[in-house]
Amino acid sequence: MPLHIEKVSHSYGAVEALKDIDLDIADGETVALIGPSGCGKSTLLGIIGGLLQPVAGQVSLSGPPPADSLNPFTYIFQDFALLPWRSVAANVALALEHRRLGAAECRERVAAALALTGLSEFAAAYPKQLSGGMRQRVGIARALVVRPAVLLLDEPLSALDAQTRELLMEDLLAIWAREKSTRVYVTHNLEEAARLADRVVVLSRRPGRIREVLQIDVPVAERIRPEHAALLIDVHRRLWSLIRDEAATAEREILDV
Amino acid sequence: MSEPNAGRRPILFRGGGFAPTPRRAVPWIVFAVLIGLWQAASSSGLLPPLFMPSPAAIVRALYELWLDGTLMEHVTASLKRIVPGWIIGTAAGLAVGLAMGIFSSARAAGLPIVSALFPIPKIALLPVLILWLGIGEPSKVATIALGVFFPTVISAYSACDSVPRNLIRMAQSFGLPARDIVAKIVLPGAMPGILAGFRISASVALLLVVAAEMIGAQHGIGAFVLTAGNLMQTDQLLAGVVVLSILGLLISWGLGLVERSALRWR
Ligand SMILES: Nc1ncnc2c1ncn2[C@@H]1O[C@H](COP(=O)(O)OP(=O)(O)O)[C@@H](O)[C@H]1O
Ligand SMILES: [Mg+2]
Repeated sequence: MPLHIEKVSHSYGAVEALKDIDLDIADGETVALIGPSGCGKSTLLGIIGGLLQPVAGQVSLSGPPPADSLNPFTYIFQDFALLPWRSVAANVALALEHRRLGAAECRERVAAALALTGLSEFAAAYPKQLSGGMRQRVGIARALVVRPAVLLLDEPLSALDAQTRELLMEDLLAIWAREKSTRVYVTHNLEEAARLADRVVVLSRRPGRIREVLQIDVPVAERIRPEHAALLIDVHRRLWSLIRDEAATAEREILDV
Repeated sequence: MSEPNAGRRPILFRGGGFAPTPRRAVPWIVFAVLIGLWQAASSSGLLPPLFMPSPAAIVRALYELWLDGTLMEHVTASLKRIVPGWIIGTAAGLAVGLAMGIFSSARAAGLPIVSALFPIPKIALLPVLILWLGIGEPSKVATIALGVFFPTVISAYSACDSVPRNLIRMAQSFGLPARDIVAKIVLPGAMPGILAGFRISASVALLLVVAAEMIGAQHGIGAFVLTAGNLMQTDQLLAGVVVLSILGLLISWGLGLVERSALRWR
């Protein structure tokens, strides 16, 4: 389902967060959005998914969303956003309960999503009993259970330690190899962008504008092969040279929040 | 000559500072020592029984009140005011407080009134309520209900505010209708704050029942304590105070049970 972001700008009161964002995203493509913190990445993601009303511009779709998708635009959150009073299975079921599905189909879908994310044996556990990585798996299962057309990921791995992040990145790649959706992946981690994205969009510091769009020509599934190691390092180096100065300046800004 | 380990000194432990460690026996010992000292002071004649009866005398008074049924009579009379008063005040307070937590217009309408009326000591309204409802039970129940209502409103709407915004955004992003967001996110998320408010409103109810009974009642622990004081029956008076503190402990223990079972997920 191709997405078109046209002349989108947004401000919070006097604070300009985004300016004139123009971007087309192809069906099934994974686009990474990177940029220094505070540059408007979450704001853009919120606008794409309809959680925020942009001050100017619009986001549109070509063609109808797939018929089997219950929630075409679906988020995976940095802080997981799980309900602590619901078990793992009930957290995943939350996404389905208000849809017109039979109880049996609901259960089947939840079980399938839990199996896909390796959570089957944790179905009855509560979020507080799980590690950060397991909690984000619940967030991923909850997103997959509605068969999203566009997955919107807001720094999904940023709250995790380095090893867990690596494991979850592998899991995401394995899941994505089987499940076709368009994805917008916000991160400030260059390595995640270089590993997961077909295209990397680099935003400037606030107000965020598109500074550069970098196409990575090696298919995502093949990136871990040794012969592509040099290419990944090169992508990483180029991304860093693009955002280094922006990040340094953003870092030295006095926050007016 | 020198051994390989010579000159090594273990690093001195200097952590552990003020870390709380459980000392289960200490509270009981303190309790026993205080009561022992009190009893000793009474037995030696240091404390005049009229002003400060001995622990033994208080226990004896309690036992006698229990035997002749007066104790239960007064406790029952008080409970018959606390329970309906607390239930009415809590039900109304939750309805108003949750509405204020959920709907901005209800908050805009309710907050000024609640803020203005909350600081009034509700016992001051008893004379008015007696004028309206008569000297009987309804005026006392209404005083308790009013006293319970305001803290419940405040704890309910601040509990709604404390529900994390990101959970509500998450629910919106999955297309949950507003009714489901209230039922599945706001109410369960507000539950800890609401239950914490129950502790406050229960202690308000206990305070007000005693005060109301002191102003105009034949029965009830407040009336009993007042009469005992007027008759200089200090042992009975203090027995009544002990009963009140036991009542308070029982209420807070019961609320603890409710919290533990309702908030098992914490
Ligand atoms: N609700 C808000 N109210 C006011 N300012 C906001 C709000 N949300 C974000 N901002 C500001 O907008 C800018 C962009 O924020 P955000 O999109 O969260 O950035 P990012 O996700 O790239 O770190 C930041 O400077 C932030 O302080
Ligand atoms: Mg962000």
